[in-house]
Amino acid sequence: MKLYTTASTPVLSIRDLCVDARTPEGRRRVLQDVSFDLNPGETLCIAGESGSGKSVTSLSIMQLLPKASLQIASGSIKLGDRELTNLSNHAMRSVRGGDIAMVFQEPMTSLNPVISIGTQLTEAIREHQGTEAGKAEAIALQMLDAVHITEPIRRLTQYPHELSGGMRQRVMIAMALSCRPKVLLADEPTTALDVTVQAQILKLMRELKREFGASIILITHDMGVVAEMADRVAIMQNGRIIEQGSTLALFERPKELYTRQLLAAVPRLGAHAGTDGPPRVSPQAKPADVPAPSPVLVVRDLNVTYGSPARWLFKGNPSVSAVADVSFELRSGETLGLVGESGSGKSTTGKAVLGLIPFTGAVMIGGQNIAGLGARQMQPIRRTAQMIFQDPYASLDPRMAVGAAIAEPLIIHGLADKGERDDRVAELLRRVGLLPDAASRYPHEFSGGQRQRICIARALALEPKLIVADESVAALDVSVRARVLDLMLELQETMGLAYLFISHDMAVIERMSHNVAVMRSGRILEMGTRREVFENPKDEYTRALMAAVPIPDPRDRQLV
Amino acid sequence: MRVLKAMLRQPAALFGLIVVFAVLAMAIAAPLIAPYDPDNQMFDGLTLEGAPMPPSSQFLLGTDTLGRDLFSRLLFGARTSLVIGLVANGIAVAVGLFVGILSGYLRGIVGALLMRFTDLMMAFPALLLAIVLAALLRPSLWIVAMVIALVNWVQVARIVYTETRGLVERDFILAERSLGAGHFRILFVHILPHLMPTAIVWGTLGIATTVLLEATLSFLGIGVQPPQPSWGNIIFESQSYFQAAPWLVFFPGAIILLTALSFNLVGDALRDILDPTQRGRG
Repeated sequence: MKLYTTASTPVLSIRDLCVDARTPEGRRRVLQDVSFDLNPGETLCIAGESGSGKSVTSLSIMQLLPKASLQIASGSIKLGDRELTNLSNHAMRSVRGGDIAMVFQEPMTSLNPVISIGTQLTEAIREHQGTEAGKAEAIALQMLDAVHITEPIRRLTQYPHELSGGMRQRVMIAMALSCRPKVLLADEPTTALDVTVQAQILKLMRELKREFGASIILITHDMGVVAEMADRVAIMQNGRIIEQGSTLALFERPKELYTRQLLAAVPRLGAHAGTDGPPRVSPQAKPADVPAPSPVLVVRDLNVTYGSPARWLFKGNPSVSAVADVSFELRSGETLGLVGESGSGKSTTGKAVLGLIPFTGAVMIGGQNIAGLGARQMQPIRRTAQMIFQDPYASLDPRMAVGAAIAEPLIIHGLADKGERDDRVAELLRRVGLLPDAASRYPHEFSGGQRQRICIARALALEPKLIVADESVAALDVSVRARVLDLMLELQETMGLAYLFISHDMAVIERMSHNVAVMRSGRILEMGTRREVFENPKDEYTRALMAAVPIPDPRDRQLV
Repeated sequence: MRVLKAMLRQPAALFGLIVVFAVLAMAIAAPLIAPYDPDNQMFDGLTLEGAPMPPSSQFLLGTDTLGRDLFSRLLFGARTSLVIGLVANGIAVAVGLFVGILSGYLRGIVGALLMRFTDLMMAFPALLLAIVLAALLRPSLWIVAMVIALVNWVQVARIVYTETRGLVERDFILAERSLGAGHFRILFVHILPHLMPTAIVWGTLGIATTVLLEATLSFLGIGVQPPQPSWGNIIFESQSYFQAAPWLVFFPGAIILLTALSFNLVGDALRDILDPTQRGRG
């Protein structure tokens, strides 16, 4: 580690930090001998997958560990020459926000929804600097200006819900920097944001680092963000820092096997240039069938409007057009990638296609128009069209055993009697790479990737021809994501499934799709084969989207 | 069996279980255990001055102002009070669950009408409503139980309604719909189990309040008719003698407290044991 410390004394220095979790079975180590230095003006990225201990590290620095369950067992955290681990609560309060400020992942939940932006900003300033109200407001305005928020004066009187996600995160950063902290601790600051907004926020953070002279600890799971931002990188796994070094060295000469795997699993935009379909993953399977003459799914002039007119007893809601005039076709064995940022109407399209929300226009599944069909008439069509959701934990009933959940479609559609059911469930579990004894366990006993496999097994139970996959890998770690995507490709090859693959992630879309449709504000801007869209994007917005994707190669930094 | 085993492992739950079973057994076996007829106003049950007798070897828990044996009256009173606490309260929770889940799931006109009706019932003072209902119908134990159920379901309905609305928005319900599950299946296989903790907590909390509501009604003359004993009316009959004969209030009060507490402990343990999401978390 000495190799990387420069002559100047580090702002923050952590030595042999160990944190224990209290569980009913006794203490369990969650952080083991974590040591690193943060030099003045440096950006250190702590990268790792979920459960690796990145967030526990940041909470330890802030001394914000939940006391009932997590406890620092040993080690030291030094800010300059102040030891933080044995600081009193009162003294720590002036460090928090004053010397070390934090930016959280979800700006909506970390801002108080019932207090105006101005009040929240000035509160922090007055708390730490003891300035009077008028001056604090002037500083607040200055800060909003520094984070490039338009109309800063008006924003002061607005409430968090009136701002967009990107603006909220700018407010959080303004708040964090308002007391000119030495260290800015950013825990996944851009994970909840759209890719174009992410690019803006990352750029802003770089600018501000220079302007305010703060050092940044950036916690992220996204190796693309690491490559864009970091001076140095620490890779965490299972509560340990397994490798740290300068960004260039780590990306180009990773020493540890895990680091190499992590870097290899990152999907790279443009990795599949020059090929027409997704990579084949099962060599033994017969080549994909010649696309059937009649498509599995035809969508014509799909329109979805939210809101309702006022009626007796009910307040009306203003109507908003979520999807407008969307048309596309999907053949068996093919994947249509639907890509767009949040609010583009891609998920709404997915739900409308399965008749889960009311729509106008025509949706033909297997030749039958589902427009206006009741739940009972939809029943047989559900057998051919299934859905896989974004969050596998949320889409499984937490009170139902996995076996029962997978058997459910069979029961609903009367497909198998009691005896057959268990065999079918075991077979399905094996099909998605799980052991049959998983059937008696509950969703919370599985990892994220396993849960998504369970959801896939449930969708497969009806032997559908079409699967709508709505952000199906967005909640998964990158190495797990790659395996789930491979599974989905393999299932497509062997069963001839058609996927409507909805994602905000350009690299994932590129990997999975035969055809791609780019959506924005409820409309399809551009549609074509993957090659056309990715190698020769016609629409301005498509180009902007692709340019905003952080590239996991530190030599390729776009933001200056 | 698994439930029972898990319960025996928790001292608090075990204690609750023992008390609940003891109270149930005593209520059922009251005629066999009771040393005296609960309604018999015994000549030697009063002192020469006509005051009630304190606990002694002859009258285990003393006698009341009319010279009746308190222990016997408590035993028979348990029958009345348990009917009120379990049946009336059970019906209230069941009705509340049904109305709440239905209006939360259906929304629309049916849901709005059901909820407005619930609000209307809430707006009435419960006691007034109970008095009117009990006065219109001829008071008896079962009528009282019905009346109590009728005024107590509204809170449950409100809470269940709110919870159901939250559950309906969850992804796993959408996932069920995309599998083609019908309303019946979604409501009773997927939403209802999630409401059980609420129902259990309300059910056990409600036992004490319903027992006391019954006592209030009895006190006003529209509850269980004397001389039939209930825990509540034993307290109410004798509360003005609290200074002179504290045992008349203390013993039934302690029993109500102990029973309500025990049901609560059992309910709490049951809620945790029946929750599969707690499995493997110790």
